Amino acid sequence: MSRDFLKERGIIKRAYLLILFGMGLTGFAQMPIFKRYYIADIPGLGWLADFYFTHFLHYLGAALFLALSFYCVTAYLLEGRRRFSLSSSAYVRIALLLAIGVTGVFRVLKNLPDVLFSPGFTLFIDISHLAFMMLLMLAALFFRVVKSGWIASEI
Amino acid sequence: MKPLSRRSFLKASLASAGAVAASGVALPASAKGADPKELATVIDIGKCIGCEACVDACQEVNSFKFPEPKRPFPKMYPKRVKVQDWSDKREVRDRLTPYTWLYIQSASVTVDGEELDLTFPRRCMHCQNPPCADLCPWGAARKLENGITRIDPDICLGGNKCKMVCPWEIPERQTGVGLYLDLAPAFAGNGVMFKCDRCYNRIEQGETPACIEQCPEDVQTIGPRDEMIKLAHARAEEIGGYIYGETENGGTNTFYVSPVPFEELSAAIEKGPGRPHFDPVKDAMADADNLTKALMIAPIAGIAAAAGRFYNQAKKIGGEK
Repeated sequence: MSRDFLKERGIIKRAYLLILFGMGLTGFAQMPIFKRYYIADIPGLGWLADFYFTHFLHYLGAALFLALSFYCVTAYLLEGRRRFSLSSSAYVRIALLLAIGVTGVFRVLKNLPDVLFSPGFTLFIDISHLAFMMLLMLAALFFRVVKSGWIASEI
Repeated sequence: MKPLSRRSFLKASLASAGAVAASGVALPASAKGADPKELATVIDIGKCIGCEACVDACQEVNSFKFPEPKRPFPKMYPKRVKVQDWSDKREVRDRLTPYTWLYIQSASVTVDGEELDLTFPRRCMHCQNPPCADLCPWGAARKLENGITRIDPDICLGGNKCKMVCPWEIPERQTGVGLYLDLAPAFAGNGVMFKCDRCYNRIEQGETPACIEQCPEDVQTIGPRDEMIKLAHARAEEIGGYIYGETENGGTNTFYVSPVPFEELSAAIEKGPGRPHFDPVKDAMADADNLTKALMIAPIAGIAAAAGRFYNQAKKIGGEK
């Protein structure tokens, strides 16, 4: 495996973790909990109680997340699949990320002025977006404990 | 208010999730463009005599929706979470409360050198792109096809976020009611948020909202939004007046027509909790709407970057050979 490829993989991993942390933080900030539980009172964290600002950051993070995801998918299809095979835990992560992404896209559509969803669907996308993120966090924790990474074997 | 147990809430959530999964392709079909017949109201301030018939009518027809809190209220943590109980103050009519969804605001202003006492009903503006509905993390607040923004009391947890993001801070909270009591009342939620639902149930039956029906002076007119815009402009032209609500927060479904500029009116009214202003309001969701474009470009950028990288690498390898 080339040094360039390994270096890029390291950068992507750091970017992925950073974006996901930011998305998780600004996503949870959409619930009125950071002010209630004094977290926004910690000096420097007051912005966590600003719903509009955290919403803006969440959208920015989503754009970065989408760009990175599509970069990875394209790179995998063009080159990666000839170099390594993905582990089963990677497929679980991808499924959850896809679910978060798809429900997120519907959340964004819902926020457009001319788009309306049925009550059941509105409830579903709001709650499932959060639920899928929590599942991803649990899955990431579990895979960390069992030491299961994204890549099963190098080819 | 019909209570919703945790079990029935979970059942409803699962059922809707199942329906969504089963409908598959039909999902986007549930997304509908805003109805061109979105309803709006014109409130002609000059006609209002402040008789409060609209307030009475609102309270009478909506009383079955009013909260009936259970006591004692569950202890909430941490200490900064305060009980908001209006159930013993149902008679309050000089501001918005969970039991007063519409009230009469007043202002003393000068028109053509003449001192004038104006009165006008205040309630939810029913925004075209309501931040309360967009930013509700729980799906409790939503905009209906006919332009009404409604908070579902069976789903709302009373987190107060809708009030915090509303440019006019309209929704009001009542502790001790709603779904949060069945979840984790000590640690999450604090009741239900209440506001004008523009008599959505009456409109469903082809009736007029009670405040409009009972007004002896025909202060309010309801109809398709485009027609109401024309009416508001015609009336404003007729009296040399001003319009509020057409462009505020990107556009609302309530148009006030006033004989005095709204800056003057806003300066003359009593503002504060439960007493909305008449200040200019920029489109609260404009940043999100603009960023949606970035979200559409992001996947293309990702694909292009990866394809470019692959192309350069292939070229480099080809050159080395």
